[in-house]
Amino acid sequence: MDHLDKLEAESIYILREAYKKLGKLGMLWSIGKDSTVLLWLAKKAFYGHCPFPFIHVDTKHKIPAMIAYRDRVAKELNLDLIVHTNQAAIDAGMGPDKGRLACCKALKTEGLQQVVQVYGFEGLIVGVRRDEEGSRSKERVFSERSKDYSWDYANQPPELWDQFKTDFPKGNHIRVHPLLAWSEVDIWEYIRRENVPIIDLYFAKNGKRYRSLGCEMCTGQIESEADTLDKIIEELKTTKTSERAGRKQDQEDSYAMQKLRKDGYM
Amino acid sequence: MAQEKDGLKIVVVGHVDHGKSTVIGRLLYDTNSLPEGAVDKVKRIAKETGKPFEYAYLLDAFEEEQKQGITIDTTQIQFFTKQREYVIIDAPGHKEFLKNMISGAANAEAALLVIDAKQGVQEQSKRHGYMLSLLGIKKVYVVINKMDLVEYSETVFHFVVAEMKDFLSGLGVYPLKYIPVSGFFGENISQQSDKMPWFKGEPILAAIDLLEPTAGIGNKPLRFPIQDVYKFDDRRIIAGRIEAGTLSVGDEIIICPGGKKTTVQSIEYWSERDKRQTVSAGQSTGITVKDEFFNKRGEIITRAGSEPLISNRFRASIFWMGKTDLVLHKKYKLKLATQEVECEVEQIVRVIDATQLHAAEVVDKIVLNDVAEVIFKTKEPIAFDIFQQNHVTGRFVIVDGYDVAGGGIVIAGEKISLDEQTPTFFGNELTAHGDIFDEFYYDVDSLEVTKIAGHSNVYTIGDAIKTHGESFDYPEHFDILVFRDQVAIKIRGGKVTALLPFSEYEYEAYPLVNGRGFGIKANSTVDVQDIFKDYAAIDYNDPQVNAKFSNKWFFFNKYRKLTFYFDYVI
Repeated sequence: MDHLDKLEAESIYILREAYKKLGKLGMLWSIGKDSTVLLWLAKKAFYGHCPFPFIHVDTKHKIPAMIAYRDRVAKELNLDLIVHTNQAAIDAGMGPDKGRLACCKALKTEGLQQVVQVYGFEGLIVGVRRDEEGSRSKERVFSERSKDYSWDYANQPPELWDQFKTDFPKGNHIRVHPLLAWSEVDIWEYIRRENVPIIDLYFAKNGKRYRSLGCEMCTGQIESEADTLDKIIEELKTTKTSERAGRKQDQEDSYAMQKLRKDGYM
Repeated sequence: MAQEKDGLKIVVVGHVDHGKSTVIGRLLYDTNSLPEGAVDKVKRIAKETGKPFEYAYLLDAFEEEQKQGITIDTTQIQFFTKQREYVIIDAPGHKEFLKNMISGAANAEAALLVIDAKQGVQEQSKRHGYMLSLLGIKKVYVVINKMDLVEYSETVFHFVVAEMKDFLSGLGVYPLKYIPVSGFFGENISQQSDKMPWFKGEPILAAIDLLEPTAGIGNKPLRFPIQDVYKFDDRRIIAGRIEAGTLSVGDEIIICPGGKKTTVQSIEYWSERDKRQTVSAGQSTGITVKDEFFNKRGEIITRAGSEPLISNRFRASIFWMGKTDLVLHKKYKLKLATQEVECEVEQIVRVIDATQLHAAEVVDKIVLNDVAEVIFKTKEPIAFDIFQQNHVTGRFVIVDGYDVAGGGIVIAGEKISLDEQTPTFFGNELTAHGDIFDEFYYDVDSLEVTKIAGHSNVYTIGDAIKTHGESFDYPEHFDILVFRDQVAIKIRGGKVTALLPFSEYEYEAYPLVNGRGFGIKANSTVDVQDIFKDYAAIDYNDPQVNAKFSNKWFFFNKYRKLTFYFDYVI
């Protein structure tokens, strides 16, 4: 087995554990490369079936091409897709001009909380990776969130030998992280190997491309000529810039992600 | 040399403040494994707080970790040498966070045990050394750090080496190398240090490239624990990960602990590139089998002749991470591979002081951070291996309440225990007691009727039972209704084929016996409903109630008889 085979086998094992051991389960689908790889892995794990719904927390500030892509793929793959927006916050005029962290908190964190509450999810599969940023590097594969959605990151229970946390009080939920051990390059090499269909915003046009996708106003493009998978992989192997450098919310505070994620951000 | 992409996992352990995160941060920095953003962020934080640049902050991402200068939780980070890719795991050294150290170390194949040259071997150096031996990590390098604080002295280095060697040899841990370094000044990290010309060995970076990945577990006997059974379409797919050995289409397999035998019909796939005839250790897969019978999560698929051990008792070394003590006879949940079963500690053989290797005298409980040797008893028999022979099926965790509170490895299987509490039948997450194999004798000497327990085994789905004894004779097909446990057991062709709760039981016109082997006077679904109703309505205030109920519903001698017996041999 090569490196990607090992990562794939482990992720499938995690998805199957989540499906078997958690009650109401859903998968967050952000349209980006990581959650699209997750979708592919779910197809493999369950032999072409997706035995849980997909959830998109729509901030209404997403890049328009993402929404078009989302609707097309959901239709093609016949996905059970839940799209949710924190409409009250939108109506109250929430946007990055009100402060980026406040905006993320309202439209993403609280939007997600509303989904959990409305549908009663016990498990949420999320495509975060350890190499993305510091607080994610400390995550467990099965990570508990309390009734108020908070993450007790300083006191995480032990997790060893693929025996995951499947016992928790009612009302809490588990974030399941099947891609924790993958790196950004792993994701792209896997997309190339498996021919995973992917949104074209990642490919360079006119000397620019998106390396990470998010809301239109807070996601910057990078200078790049990488318009093929091979070129993207080559670019990432030599770059010294971090993947989320274009994500403006991360730069708001040295511990921005830790603070957002403590309250339930993905 | 082509870069290997096997991602060898190395955990860095040791006492608090001995410089683990600094050594790792330096390794990452020197090998250019960090994105600009990460280094810039640490520089910015150093500037904001007025502190010097700390390599450790590259890993200690939490605000609390940076402000207190300690590692709270484990982290994993990829890093590259010219030769290959690694995953380096930073583990906290503070005693309070031992659970996090174990969470990190449990995934590793090799370890760097960091010791401060000035402070020498400390409590957590020893405890972590002990944990490595328990976790089965044999590839260990001891890194003597902060050599700058002892003027790069060869004498100090040899002194610390001798101290640690002495302790570790008592555990059967023999480090492959001892390396003197200064993480802070980058001596002997990626480059040979000119401050320590007396040291002829490799610096850390070159030394880890010499580690050989563990040889394949593909050659071991097959262990394929069932994770789940899918019926999304017309296929009935048994899903799981091959933990050892290989499995091919057409293989004869045996499913433990039940012992059912069948043949692999297909290896299923979704993507065309995953189509194959053989799968091996490490792969997540799914198969269909020729004979469709009830399978469930937890069972282990293997081949006849190389079955795991099966018992409801085993001896284990455990480490306790629970805030509440582990106490004798309390019920816990045990998770081994995909099996989950209620268990209790039947005996604490000894509690070991992990820093002294002394066995404690009084042993009625195991407290936080203790290591102990114990005998476990599980509610139902389970399949397992001795850890040394098969890691994945030889290790387990203990859940207390909601959290994993302990982990352990199997040292030996123990004889199956059959006391009054042991069920005769188990399967489908049910257990049932039964005395249908008891023998009844009329003793020609004492002129009394005697009953001898005939219960010498436990049976699950697929097992053949004894249908004929000296004083009983059961048909080949019949159902056992165990009132005490409210469980029905179907026997077909002399084998157990199902265990069902009474609520799901349907009468199929086969003969019925109760848990003691007495025939039941019921010939229809209505009769069966009546007896269930009668049983539920029993008034235990009436001393004659059992006899009345029995005389109404049971035959003594339909499948049973009395045999003459002369009890003088003893």
